[in-house]
Amino acid sequence: MTALPRLVVAIARTTVAAVAGAPAPLEAQAAATGVPATAIGEPNPVAMAFFFLFIAVTLGITWWAARRTRTAEQFYAAGRTVTAGQNGWALAGDYMSAASFLGIAGLVATSGFDGLIYSTGWLVGWPVVLFLIAEPLRNLGKYTFADVVAVRLRQTPVRLAAAFGTLSTITFYLIAQMVGAGTLIKLMFGLSYEVAIVIVGAAMIAYVLFGGMLATTWVQIVKAALLLGGAALLALLVLVRFGMNPLALFAAASDRLGPAVLAPGKLVSNPLDTISLGLALMFGTAGLPHILMRFYTVPDAQAARKSVFIATGLIGFFYLLTFILGFGAMVFVGPDAIRAVDKGGNMAAPLLAEFLGGTPFLGFIAAVAFATILAVVAGLTLSGAAALSHDLWTNVVRKGEAGPQAELRVARVSSLILGVVAVILGITFKGQNVAFMVGLAFAIAASANFPAIVLSIFWRRCTTAGAVASMLAGAFGALLLICLSPVIQVDVLHHAAAWFPLRNPGVVTIPGAFLVGVAISLLTRDERALASWDGAVHDMVVGRTAR
Amino acid sequence: MSSHALHIRRWRIAIALTAAVAAIYFGFILLIAYRKDVMATLLVPGLTVGILLGALVIVLSWWLTWVYVRWANRHFDAGLASLGTEDQ
Repeated sequence: MTALPRLVVAIARTTVAAVAGAPAPLEAQAAATGVPATAIGEPNPVAMAFFFLFIAVTLGITWWAARRTRTAEQFYAAGRTVTAGQNGWALAGDYMSAASFLGIAGLVATSGFDGLIYSTGWLVGWPVVLFLIAEPLRNLGKYTFADVVAVRLRQTPVRLAAAFGTLSTITFYLIAQMVGAGTLIKLMFGLSYEVAIVIVGAAMIAYVLFGGMLATTWVQIVKAALLLGGAALLALLVLVRFGMNPLALFAAASDRLGPAVLAPGKLVSNPLDTISLGLALMFGTAGLPHILMRFYTVPDAQAARKSVFIATGLIGFFYLLTFILGFGAMVFVGPDAIRAVDKGGNMAAPLLAEFLGGTPFLGFIAAVAFATILAVVAGLTLSGAAALSHDLWTNVVRKGEAGPQAELRVARVSSLILGVVAVILGITFKGQNVAFMVGLAFAIAASANFPAIVLSIFWRRCTTAGAVASMLAGAFGALLLICLSPVIQVDVLHHAAAWFPLRNPGVVTIPGAFLVGVAISLLTRDERALASWDGAVHDMVVGRTAR
Repeated sequence: MSSHALHIRRWRIAIALTAAVAAIYFGFILLIAYRKDVMATLLVPGLTVGILLGALVIVLSWWLTWVYVRWANRHFDAGLASLGTEDQ
């Protein structure tokens, strides 16, 4: 009875002792030479092989999907044939960017507990998506979130404002991902930055242009499986050395680097800043156009509901794994060795993979990180194309009178344009500090998109002017305050101080956008919106298509 | 039950659960900001209150989505089904 637990404890003790006592090889070499011995930055045949395998498989999927993408509904929404399980995996794939895989693991590895604040923050938006958005969105809309805001309101102003919110969210998110892709590939494969950007852009355009939502969905599913599988395998290899006990790992980290790594440190110096970031993460997820668009791919609201539950479980599991990966990299590689390779700490997970599984495993993890970025940019491009073609062209320029084949053609042209723009932006912002742009994308999504969606579907008195004012105030407020904040004034422009003290504007702009929406709605009247309330509530509950 | 009544029932559940998630997450953030000493308390070797609560925030968020899905599958969908029969 007691033999097994005793054995586990004994293994844990010896491994803890071995890890705590012996110097970590990479760390020791870093101390001697300044740079750890690593294959990162050299052309890695395994990484290349895995990466080209991923490209081949996903292009195969695209070829298969292209033959099933003949109408606008198939292009934007995969013909609404995606199951709840598939959409759950695809949502997870769309959401888990390289920033969360490499960035959070690196943050935990270099600053310990403080990194975990991000792991939790990135997850808590998902319950909000489920409770407030997923089902009404699926029942009321067709392809974009603007469909939902515009249900009771005047089309043209709402579509224009919503397209602005969508395209600014997408643009900042895309810049961050493209620059990240170029830097990552340069660091990992030794390819030039521009070549890397062009490869990412070409593959992403192929998926979206030919395969539409069906191909994008399956690229997300493959990527999510690879990322979760790779992260789980890496965590398993760490835990095996600690008798499968995460607490032994944390204890080893505390023994090597001091107990402070398990407690809050310097990162939360300004509580209001952390709350502001938390608000943006929590409500930004519910305003991300590429996430919201995924709810139109399932057959009904029940499937939308189940898919969020599945996605939240997968994403939550992934962020729990970042605890293990981060502390594993801290113990086996060491914070100084990680910073010696990349100041931001982004190479923590790849370095850990190299330590535990050698160059081949490093290659596999590098290819997974690349695939991760590729899939996220494909999802972003598709939702941006939907805003251009469905919101702006079909509903504003053609006043909803475009034929479905014409809309499909415009959607394809839009995705090509956006793909090319993404490549140009990626090259333009080479070497720039773009880390703030993901935070900015979340701040705009939370301030411009989320309040307008909630007000328009849950508040009878919401008027066209109110919704439009809320979207514009949220978008411009977030942009303005970011420009005045330390992330631009101090980090980018190197000024001594900033006019606006917080790094994320969420705590001001999210309540601000709600207040503007409510105030302007109360000051204006919208007879059409009032008259169509009963019908909209019925549709929201039952669904627009007859059951 | 009318579709309006059903809408209002879901709205109440949705707001209550959103408030619960916000309370859990911002409770965690406020503890980090103002009670660092509590968060640094070691429960067993390797496990501080902070790490335990961080993991709990993730697990509880997922549990709340399960609570909602179970409620919606049982009660909302049942209300929806009875709505269909009333219409006919």
